[in-house]
Amino acid sequence: MEKLFALTPYIPLFPLLAFALIVLWANKNNKLSAGLAIAGLGLSTIISWLIAIATIVGGEHVQVEGWSLTIPWLPTGTGVFNMGFAVDGFTAAMLFMVPFVSSLIFIYASEYMEGDSRYARFFAYVSLFVSGMLTLVVADNLLLLFIAWEIMGLCSYLLIGFWFEKDSAKKAGLKAFLTTRVGDVLFFGGMLLLYSQTGTLTFREIFTPAVLERLAEATIWGQPASVVISLLIFGGAVGKSAQFPLHVWLPDAMEGPTPVSAMIHAATMVSAGVYLVARMLPLFAVVPVGSLQWVAIIGAITAFFGATIGIAQNDIKRVLAYSTISQLGYMMIGLGLGGFLAGIFHLLTHSFFKALLFLGSGSVIHAMEHGAHHAHDHETDPQDMMNMGGLANRMKKTYIAYMAGTLALVGIVPFAGFFSKDEILAEAWHQAGGFNFGSIAFWAWLAGLLGAFVTALYMGRQIGLVFLGKPRTKLAEHAVEPGKRMTYPLLVLGFFALTLGFINIPKNVPIIGNGWLHEFAGLIYESTEVLNLEALPLNWGLAGVATIIGLAGFFGGIALYRGHQAGQSDPMVKLLGRPLFTLLKNKYYVDEFYFAVIINPVVKLANFAGKFDYDWVINPIVNFVGNTGKWLSIVSGEFDRVVVDGLGVLGTARFFRWMGKELRYTQTGQVQNYLLVIALVSLSLVGAYLFGLGF
Amino acid sequence: MVEQIVFFIFTILVLGGGIGVITTKNIYYAALFFSASLSGMAGYFVLLNAGFLAAVQIVVYIGAIAILILFAIMLSRRMMTTKEQQTNRQTWLAAIASFLLFVALLGVVMQVTWPLSAEKHADNVLVLLGMSFLGSYVIPFEVVSVLLLVSLIGAIILARDIQTEEGRE
Amino acid sequence: MSAIPLSWWIFVATALFMIGFYVALTRKNAIAILIGLELMLNATNINLVAFDRYITPARVEGQVFAVFVIAIAAAEAAVALAIFIAAYRRRGTVDVENLDSMKF
Repeated sequence: MEKLFALTPYIPLFPLLAFALIVLWANKNNKLSAGLAIAGLGLSTIISWLIAIATIVGGEHVQVEGWSLTIPWLPTGTGVFNMGFAVDGFTAAMLFMVPFVSSLIFIYASEYMEGDSRYARFFAYVSLFVSGMLTLVVADNLLLLFIAWEIMGLCSYLLIGFWFEKDSAKKAGLKAFLTTRVGDVLFFGGMLLLYSQTGTLTFREIFTPAVLERLAEATIWGQPASVVISLLIFGGAVGKSAQFPLHVWLPDAMEGPTPVSAMIHAATMVSAGVYLVARMLPLFAVVPVGSLQWVAIIGAITAFFGATIGIAQNDIKRVLAYSTISQLGYMMIGLGLGGFLAGIFHLLTHSFFKALLFLGSGSVIHAMEHGAHHAHDHETDPQDMMNMGGLANRMKKTYIAYMAGTLALVGIVPFAGFFSKDEILAEAWHQAGGFNFGSIAFWAWLAGLLGAFVTALYMGRQIGLVFLGKPRTKLAEHAVEPGKRMTYPLLVLGFFALTLGFINIPKNVPIIGNGWLHEFAGLIYESTEVLNLEALPLNWGLAGVATIIGLAGFFGGIALYRGHQAGQSDPMVKLLGRPLFTLLKNKYYVDEFYFAVIINPVVKLANFAGKFDYDWVINPIVNFVGNTGKWLSIVSGEFDRVVVDGLGVLGTARFFRWMGKELRYTQTGQVQNYLLVIALVSLSLVGAYLFGLGF
Repeated sequence: MVEQIVFFIFTILVLGGGIGVITTKNIYYAALFFSASLSGMAGYFVLLNAGFLAAVQIVVYIGAIAILILFAIMLSRRMMTTKEQQTNRQTWLAAIASFLLFVALLGVVMQVTWPLSAEKHADNVLVLLGMSFLGSYVIPFEVVSVLLLVSLIGAIILARDIQTEEGRE
Repeated sequence: MSAIPLSWWIFVATALFMIGFYVALTRKNAIAILIGLELMLNATNINLVAFDRYITPARVEGQVFAVFVIAIAAAEAAVALAIFIAAYRRRGTVDVENLDSMKF
């Protein structure tokens, strides 16, 4: 069974192969391209699941210590840098999720993207994207992880800007690329520091008590090295996982095709950041008070504010985008409080139900576009929830699946989100130890709880606006359920949204309690002795409160919006007051803040530097030097032409030509002339002799 | 004294012939004056105790060269009757140059004190000449004979009427 | 010894030489120039024989040279006249001013 692990390198290879084949060979044939992408990822999925199963049956030995394959990759001055792959319980859990969700998205996209002029290219990109994510998951060291990370960064840029004819898409791609780049630089800096401190980037070698202790004792800039390094690495995660304050790219990433949104927000991109933090968690935790708290604080801020923005958005995908940001905040809370398992549990469940929601919204948009086509109305925005309504009757399968995803997100028993979110809140409550206002954990818990309510509210609003009530436009009236390739993936994901929570029901729940994921994936860092890996029992009271809050928000939202009429003002305006609503609608003006504080000054500085260069100083100097040189060369050229050439070269030539021309007359051809000259010369010689000159 | 009178007579013949060559406009007369000058020269050679040379002068110079010149002039008949200007444009310059050079050379030559010998001149000049030509000067003598042969052949070839020859063939 | 001083011979020789020289310088007719040259050669001969008679009376080297000069003059005259006849036949003239085809 363990021989199966040797297949690990093939997991990222097949999508990569599909990418290469599509780009180099199949790009003219749409069906073949999609087939190649799905086949490549399908093979990866099979291998991944085999390995996941092998890990499960392998027992604790395999799950905790895992399997690894390293090769000496780059000889360095002091040793050899090793590259390789590794699989442990956590990786196996990711391997269960990533390729599976991605392949469902692929199947979905093969229908969704039909008719697009760059259909083949889309599948090439997403194949590369998934390949990057799979490499990242199975990487055994930080550098390989970083390489995969950057491949994903590139692919996200390409895919978000996929419809680059649209100016907004082009800009969104650039924004995503540049914003995540901020985090990447920090990440890379952290990686370099880590390497300089330890001489290795392999996880297994870093996460030994001895190395961790050394990192905790060493100092960089007066702080423990582990804190500095981990905060820098967290910076990378903030960028990738769209945490405050680098969350701004993610809502704009909605400009990409919807399957891409699902990919980015569920299975791959944003998961990478959380995965990174989870993977590096012992480093965060080795100093008790340090970086970990910041993870929790950032997570709490993101969870709450992301959710609140969501309630004021009208674009169906934007609501989900802010929901993603908010949910990623939850994961960060979980990880930041040392709840390793809480974080990754939510990561797994969220991947499923958020992929479901995005694909569901894609189906809705697809249906709306179909309606627009039918009604010959291309002015109305098919993504605006205000233009929808009553879609539940027209697209039942989508509605059912979407409802499952919504309930999972809201956290209603027994859907997946209930268990994972509850675990995070329980962790926070446990660490806070009750109403402890001085504890970060308490505020994180409060933010999470309020966020859960807001989440329920905007999801209720969404359900009410999209699926319930009556159609508000012709588009919604003519919406049609999409085909099987789009609906079946939704139903499969819906099934997992319902059931995935069962893999880690706390043990104190009667009959079905198992704590299985905890044992499977939660213990991998047990040996580092720095993490709190204790499995918390279900806190019935907290769970009850959370459920009640969720239900209240959800049904409140539905109640507010199910009767919403076209042209009516948003009921939320009345509820919150216009200033607050405007604030939320404009996303707390973070984008504007960035424009005012960073982007515009930078542009101004660039303009100033440009002017400085071009108009004021450098260019005039350059021109002056250039012109001086030009004039000097002209003068020198004239000197050459007139003096050297004219007088020297040509002058000599002319002189001799003139002399030859004149003296030519002496050569008369008359022998007697010559004889006369001889006479005269003889005469002068004899005369000279006679008068004593020179003799 | 008699010698001196004879010298003057020959001198008149020699220089008079030379001046005649200069002054006459007819090339034929010039050739005749030239012959007169040559014959005066022969007299000189007699005075100078060079009887053989005098004979050679008359036989070769007058009898061969001068006659050859006269024949050449007569062959080109037009020359005899021409009234064209016989001199070129540098007459005066040439005259001045020649006269000055004459004075200068004379000046140089007269300055020299010649080592005159008081010995009696040889009686057997002809014998001595024969000894010299076939003794110490035999090689120049032979070379000159070859030269004469070559110039003879060359003159024939040069003077040959090529067009007539070609016409014949 | 002799009634005639050496300087007289030298004078006559020089005069004759310069006459010949003048003829060679001024005459247009090639045959006239040839005559001038012959005069110069004769002037030389006078000198050769005179010096032989006055400086080395017992020897005849001067007369030997004079014979050579005469022989060479004969050869010269023969070749020159042959050339003139050929030139005359080609061009109808022996005017040296017209024989300048080697001029630049």
